[in-house]
Amino acid sequence: MEKNKHFLVGIFGDQDDLLHGVEDIRKKGVKIYEVFTPFPVHGLEHALGYQRSWTPKAAFMFGFLGTCLAIIMQVGMMVIDWPMVIGGKPYLAIPDFVPVTFELTVLLASYGMTLTFLFVKGYLPHKVPRIFDIRATDDKHVMAIDLANNSLSEEQIRSILKDVHAEEVYRRDFTDEENQSSFIKYVVDLFTNGVTRSSRIAHHR
Amino acid sequence: MKAESFDIDERFVFSDGARRSIFTILVIGLVLFVIGIVMLVTGGGHDEAHALAFAGGEGGTTSEHGHHYSWTDRLIVNFWINNVFFLGLSIIGVFFFAIQYAAHAGWSAGIKRVPEAFGSFLPMAAVLMLAVFLIGNHTIFHWTDSSLYDKSSPNYDEIIAGKQAFLNLPFYLIRMVVFLGGWIAFYYALRKQSLLEDIEGGTKRFWKMKTIATLFIIFFAVSSSVSAWDWIMSIDTHWFSTMFGWYVFASWHVAGLAAISLALVFLKEAGYLKFMNESHFHDINKMVFGFSIFWTYIWLGQFLLIYYANIPEETIYFVERLESDFYSKFIFFNLFVNFFFPFLAFMTRDSKRKATIIKIVCIAVLIGHWFDFYLMITPGTLKENGGFGFLEIGLAMIYLAAFAYVVANALSKAPLIAKNHPMLQESLHHHI
Repeated sequence: MEKNKHFLVGIFGDQDDLLHGVEDIRKKGVKIYEVFTPFPVHGLEHALGYQRSWTPKAAFMFGFLGTCLAIIMQVGMMVIDWPMVIGGKPYLAIPDFVPVTFELTVLLASYGMTLTFLFVKGYLPHKVPRIFDIRATDDKHVMAIDLANNSLSEEQIRSILKDVHAEEVYRRDFTDEENQSSFIKYVVDLFTNGVTRSSRIAHHR
Repeated sequence: MKAESFDIDERFVFSDGARRSIFTILVIGLVLFVIGIVMLVTGGGHDEAHALAFAGGEGGTTSEHGHHYSWTDRLIVNFWINNVFFLGLSIIGVFFFAIQYAAHAGWSAGIKRVPEAFGSFLPMAAVLMLAVFLIGNHTIFHWTDSSLYDKSSPNYDEIIAGKQAFLNLPFYLIRMVVFLGGWIAFYYALRKQSLLEDIEGGTKRFWKMKTIATLFIIFFAVSSSVSAWDWIMSIDTHWFSTMFGWYVFASWHVAGLAAISLALVFLKEAGYLKFMNESHFHDINKMVFGFSIFWTYIWLGQFLLIYYANIPEETIYFVERLESDFYSKFIFFNLFVNFFFPFLAFMTRDSKRKATIIKIVCIAVLIGHWFDFYLMITPGTLKENGGFGFLEIGLAMIYLAAFAYVVANALSKAPLIAKNHPMLQESLHHHI
């Protein structure tokens, strides 16, 4: 199985060109892999046809888990394991448990949601992100199209991109050795060779 | 709720149907009110029923006071509850409006006439406040008894005498007039600029309104807090809480936001404000959601410190409410309706955009916060004689009808969309 990836990259200078371009390209049946923009472009996720994210549901579940853990922890400590009279209050002093419950709910909801996002999108330490064009962090919108995912030929997509006013179109290949590496290998590398993420990215570019 | 094509010059017509609905509320309220009074005069209500169950109280103040409970006391106290509550809804309309200007908020430019109209109830509320205070101050406020400050009198109360510099009738009345007068003056100043903007256009009026709004917010920051001490906290004269100003403000604010949201839903369903889309409703209801949590935060902040420190002079406020068989139900009802219900019902994105859910939640929040004020005012004034019956429901409905009439009338006086607002386009194309 070929693990190398072949992309066609279109560069857009103007956000309106990009928005209309995305719509036109999708109408012509081309599947877009991802669009990278230096700032949030309003309506882009709608134009790309993205479904609503399910991370809020994950946040709710993690928050609920936090509430349950906090209550179990406090009841376990303060009522069952080592009951103490504090300030003449009953062992199960519910108002006193509220701040801790609140904090654990918020903590687990926020960390849970962030980690879910990083995990699902594959932004983990051993993964090397595919950087299509570094100008996506500066002043250009970068559209990536996965050639393996499209039935149209490279030439056809190239001409479609030119039609929607892409300033530049070029092919970008990733050998993707790093992307396949395992987390364990990453940790071993880190300790034996001292290879850091940034040096690997620099090497990659 | 989708945006449709709209007329920029549209005006709200106070139709006969709307008048009839308000009139119906008024008539039902009046009937209940009269039934309530008749029941109290003839049967004496259920006063004795829970008199024994009452555990708190400020050390026999009723006997010191030297007057006995009668149905007029309950009537005056109810007037005070509704005064404070509906005055709050009205001033929060102006406050919300002012915040939009101070923060340069664009999304609300198209709907700003609705909170603006809320302020039109202020003069009526101010007159009612002063009238009820002048008639019923002995019933509502224990500290107005002059013998409390007289060292030779058996009623002499050292703690209350220590507060005399602040709690005396002239200074109290001056504060009341200054606050109410200030709010009305700021409201009319903003309203005048807003109407002139419709005629003149340009950004001159916008900047002027921003200045007035900022000054109003500074004035309101102080006056809302002090008025909360004056109008509500001084009922329990011995007791004090440093969070009380915030607590009353939080209660007013979430109730006011719910009222604005409700008014917008009714207007949209009646075919006005057609440019409004789901994003507008999402934004305003996000604030209802957020501020119901803010109210709970303040409620718990006040309760937890008092509970934890357990100092008798502070706990008395909650002892009066929680140890009483009658009032304790309302505390838990209050927490459920004002926190758990909006928190769970408004948590998802879609529920903040659906008219049915908005109506249910906002009405629940309004009722819940009416009970919040009921709980702040009744136990301190009527002690064990407090009750909830037709009188309470009837009078609240009468106030609601008056408030709705005045607001709808003010809404019909000006164009519904501020067509020369510099940020109107942002509001018309609001999308989140």
